[in-house]
This record gives sequence, structure tokens and C-alpha cells, in this order.
Amino acid sequence: MTATAGPGAAPKRPPSPPAGQRRGSVALKTAIFVLPALVMLGALVVYPIFFTVFRSFFDRAGDAFVGVANYQRMFTSPGTLTAIKNNLIWVVFAPTIATTLGLIFAVMTERIRWSTAFKVAIFMPMAISFLAAGVIFRLVYEHDPERGLANAVVSGFVDTFRSPGPYPGARVAESGWEESEGAFLSPGPVETGEFAQIGLLAVSPQLIPEQAQPARPAPAPGQSESSIWGVVWLDFSPGGAGEPGVIDPREPGLPRMRVEALQDGEVAGAAAAGDDGSFVIEGLDPGSYRLRLAASNFREPFGGIPWIGPTLVTPSVIGSFVWIWAGFAMVVIGAGLAAIPRDVMEAARVDGATEWQVFRRVTVPLLMPVLLVVMVTLMINVLKIFDLVLVIPGGAVQDDATVIALEMWRQSFGGGGSDFGLGSALAVFLFVLVIPAMAFNLRRFRLEG
Amino acid sequence: MASNRRAGSTTARLIKLVGKGPVQAVLVVLALLWLVPTFGLFVASLRGVQDNAQSGWWTAFADPEQLTLDNYRNLLGNPDMTGAFWNTVAITIPTTLLVVLLAALAAYAFAWGRFPGRDALFLVVVGLLVVPIQVGLIPVARLYGQLGIFGSIVGVVLFHVGFGLPFAIFLLRNFFVGIPRELLEASRIDGASEWTIFSRVVLPLGTPAIASLAIFQFLWVWNDLLVALVFSNAQTRPLTVTIREQMRAFGSNINVIAPAAFLSLVVPLIVFFAFQRYFVQGLLAGSQK
Repeated sequence: MTATAGPGAAPKRPPSPPAGQRRGSVALKTAIFVLPALVMLGALVVYPIFFTVFRSFFDRAGDAFVGVANYQRMFTSPGTLTAIKNNLIWVVFAPTIATTLGLIFAVMTERIRWSTAFKVAIFMPMAISFLAAGVIFRLVYEHDPERGLANAVVSGFVDTFRSPGPYPGARVAESGWEESEGAFLSPGPVETGEFAQIGLLAVSPQLIPEQAQPARPAPAPGQSESSIWGVVWLDFSPGGAGEPGVIDPREPGLPRMRVEALQDGEVAGAAAAGDDGSFVIEGLDPGSYRLRLAASNFREPFGGIPWIGPTLVTPSVIGSFVWIWAGFAMVVIGAGLAAIPRDVMEAARVDGATEWQVFRRVTVPLLMPVLLVVMVTLMINVLKIFDLVLVIPGGAVQDDATVIALEMWRQSFGGGGSDFGLGSALAVFLFVLVIPAMAFNLRRFRLEG
Repeated sequence: MASNRRAGSTTARLIKLVGKGPVQAVLVVLALLWLVPTFGLFVASLRGVQDNAQSGWWTAFADPEQLTLDNYRNLLGNPDMTGAFWNTVAITIPTTLLVVLLAALAAYAFAWGRFPGRDALFLVVVGLLVVPIQVGLIPVARLYGQLGIFGSIVGVVLFHVGFGLPFAIFLLRNFFVGIPRELLEASRIDGASEWTIFSRVVLPLGTPAIASLAIFQFLWVWNDLLVALVFSNAQTRPLTVTIREQMRAFGSNINVIAPAAFLSLVVPLIVFFAFQRYFVQGLLAGSQK
């Protein structure tokens, strides 16, 4: 296409002027209308593109020409490589997930009466800033399940299926007990009919249950040859009055402690301690056993997933992006869905297609152009992603989460760096990455005409 | 035959009705998933720094005494924050007006004017739609340094205008092209000037598109962090930059961050709910930005 566009190049081309002699003046007047915008675009967008390319071949202060050194650094230094790798993860996952969710939401709400309310809820995050969304998700992703919503929900599930033990961190006082996989195994055998005293240490005071009674120092009457009797207690009293290995009257039993009797490595019987720490393992064949304090007694409560720790930070931030943009995908796809002629789907249904087949073979292919537009829009957005990655990961984790746009800012302006050479190279790289999208737009525009 | 079909559709409707139950349940869960995080920020903004450090915001339901307006009171008494709020306003409103005005003028010329290179220039504008802001930062910072407007509100506004224009021109031009030719020709035959046609015919007819654009532009600039981070200074920085400063110590500043963040998102939410229709229209019209 030449500079002066021929007829047909522009869609809906306006008519030729009504009076030929006015052509010159009309041209001039309308050209004046574009002038302010063109000046702004020229000074603030077009000129900077060229200057940034030019600047990327100079050193950090702009004094010396360095050729492609900045680009070499960009593709070799660990910081920028991490950014490029993370951007790749972003581009692959974020648009796909958001578009898929948007498609699912659009289809699901199609025949629901309160779909508008649902759409407003999903769409609402589009209106708020990435910064506010970042603050929102910092709160959601707090590591401590007591404070962070995500971990509160996860720990609710985990602790239901794998309840934490009553005495995390405790250990047997007497030496010789063998610790394996969180459980404690007695050093020697215990005979049936014997009374076993198992003292523990390192039980933090707030873990001792309210109902705990002073430990029972001797077996209750009714000793039997088919059971092992014993007591588990805290072999420590505040103030150090107690003597190690001896049940002091002020030392409490440890209720709910689970004790197992093992023979040849197999659990032959088990019991849980009562409020005074006493337990009876019944129904054993007479003989000798080893005692084991089960690992479940000492299981730590679920500590929470480190959502914004070094390994999970990028998926977590992508999650917040999806929270923001799924609504966009839903609305655009929903509009596309509404434009599909109903009779095409009806025809498929009449021919005996299942709902899934209609969706897979009719709806999705007809929506393809819309899905493509949504994907491309999101990809452009994701390439430039900045705010969420700046705001959500705290402190040093930012180095693990960084992306190209953030690295461009950090190298050029933030964090004391003012390396305009590397910064320009990163900006150029970002620009090169969006050129396919630019071509897509231009092509689409000229086709739509 | 006809009755058969009706019977079939009744069955189908019944199946749909039963089948909709689980779908509705899933949708309710999803809607909650989308709403609860923002609500959590709101509740957190009503709790003291101690409470937020010790427990989650949801505990406030069991213990409503945690809730207090102190954070908001302190926020409104904090000149840094109120200043930042007004900076945000002072950046957003002029930007929106300027973009709308300049883009409307240009869009009218691109749609209906006749001058050499018109279509080629418009293709350039379409090409500029996706240019990343990052490309502009270093050269414009240098330019502003030479002009002496680095750190000023004017600088922030102009940068936003520059990068807002391609989308704005694109959106409005596509709308203006659809204005019936006869309306413009009639005015022209009556001897109206181009300016009169623009202001009396095109602008009123273009109101829906202009409204969409204005809302978009408003939200975009209100919510911006990056541009202000680079081009504003301690006196001119908007809310977003001020909040992000506080986030260096997230836990101990949560009583400042949470209410400020909520304040910064309430304005866009009001705009969004008030002008939802235009918002969605604009989105559908220019979804490539």
C-alpha cells in the first residue's frame, strides 16, 4: 500500500466532495483536525520507538556505543533470563486458562436466569487496578493459615483428612527410644502384665489439654495377663521440682496419646491414654512386645502452602491475573455466543447430537474467531504484565517472579539501577514480541475493512 | 406432529430444569470465589493492625468488636494519602478530557475527511495499538528532562494521552464511519463549517462511543501504576504509587494499605456500576488493546 491510499483501501470510503473547487480547503481543514493527535503520537510514541532502538546500542549512561552487548547481556545474565522464562510461562498459561474459563462461564450462564448478576461478579475485577488486585491477593496468599484465606481453606481440607496430632514436637525423655518416621519405638521389650512408664519432654504448655489430670503413678487394680498397662506423662514440672524418670504428683498425664504394642514389626494392639495418662492395651497374647508412640501423636498441623514463596509465586500471580481477566474473556465470548445463529445448534440437536457434541463440533468452531481475538488480546496483555508481579511477591521473591516488563523498569528506574542501555534492549525485545500481534491487528482490520 | 414436538420440548425443558441445579450450585461457588477476595480486603481495612497480624479477616464475623473506622479516620487525616488521592484526580480527569477531544477530532478526520495519506496514517494508528508503554519510558523521561517537566503532573498526563490516543482514535473512527452520510452532507450543503459539523452532528451522534472511551480512559489512568511510578515525584504521585510505597512493609502497614487500596478501588467500581453498559460496549468494540 502506498502512502496515498487508492480507492478501496479504506472501508466505507466517504463520497467524493460535492463541489470540486472546495476539495483543497476541505482537505486542509480536516488535516488540521488530525494534527494535534499526530503531534502527540509522534512525540510520545513514534519517536520513542526509534530512540529506544537507537539507545539500546549504547552503554548504561549513553556515552559509548557498545553494539549488541546489551542484547548479549539480556540473553545471558541470570536476572533477565529468569524474566524471559517467566514471561514464557505467563504467555503459555495465563491467556489459555483465562480464555477457557471465560468460555466455560459464557456457556454455563447462557440459560441461567440470574446470569447478569453472575457476570457482574466475575467481571467486576476488570474495573479495579492491578495494584488493588495485588493487595487483595497478598492477603489471600498469606502463608499462615490463620490469616491467609487460601491457606485457611486448604488447611480446612487437609486437617479434616489428616488431622494434626495433639503433641507436635514432643519427644520421649528416656534415652534409647528409637525415632523413625515421626514415631518413637521402645528400646527393649515389655512383657504382658507389666506396667510401662513413658515420660515425655518438649511438650509446650499450651498443648496440654484442659482435661489432663496428674499422671497416675501405678496400675489400676485388675491387672491382666493379656494386656499391657502403662502411663504416658509429661516428665517435667515447671520450676524443675520433678525428678527425671519419676512421676511427680504435679506432672500431668498426656491424654489422647496413642500407644501401640508391636510384635515382629506388626501392630498387635493399641490404646489411647486417658485423662490421667494411663492406658491399657488389651487382647494381647501373653509374651513380649515393643511399645510405639504412633507418629500421629506428633504430626504437625498443616502449616500452609507458600503461595508466594520462590517456587509457586509465578502460578500464584497468574491466578490473580486470571481472576481479573476471566470476566473479559467471558463477556467477549458471551457476545460471540449470542451472535451464533440458534438454528445451527438446533439443527445439530435435531440430528441427534449430544450437548457435548454440539459444544465441541458446532459452538467452538463457530466461536473460533472470537476465541482467537480474546487469546491475542490476553497475550499482548500478558507480555506487558508488570504491576501484579511488582506488587504481590514480597522482597527477594521478586527476583524469582520477575518478568520482562518488570525487569525493564527495575534495570532503568527502580531499585537504584539506571542502566538505560539494558533497559532499552528489554523494551525493544518486548516491542519485537508484540509485532506479530500488530500484524494480526493490521491484517484483521484490512480484512474487516 | 406438532403436539409431538411440543411434548419433546417439555421433556427437554424438564431435563434442563433438573440439570440446571448443579450448574447453578457451581455458579454460586464461582461467584463467591470472585467476590470474597475483594470483600476480604474491605473487612481487613476495618480491622486494627494487631488483629490483622494475628488472625484472618473472617474472624471479625465471630468477633464484630474488631471492626473499627479508625483506619479510615487516620487515612483521611494523612496528608500524604489525601494529597495522593487528589493527584490521582488531577491526573485522571485532564487525561480523559484531552484524549477524548484529540481522538474525536482525529477520528472524525480519519472517518470523513479527505487529505493525502489519510488511510496510510490510520493504518499506522492501528499498528500503534499494541506498542508497549515500556518503549516510551526512557526516551520520554529524557525528553521531559530537557523540557523541565519530569516529575510534574503535566508530564504524567501527556504520557497517558500519547499512549491512550491510538486506541481512542481507533474506537471513535470505527464508530464515526457508521454515521449516515446524508446527515453530514445535509449540513455541508447548508454551508456548515467542518468544525460545526463535528461539534453539532458528529459529537452528539457519537455519544455512546465517546462515553465508552471516556470510561475506559478514566479507569485506565486511575488504575495506572507504571507511568506514575516513572514520571511522578513525591509531590505529584497518585494513590497507586503511594500505596505501593507502603507495601515494602506489608504486614505492619496493613492498616494504611488496606483502606487506601479500598479507597482507590471504590471510585472505579462506582464508575463501573454506573456505566456498565458503555464499559462492555467499549470492551467489545476494541478488544485488541
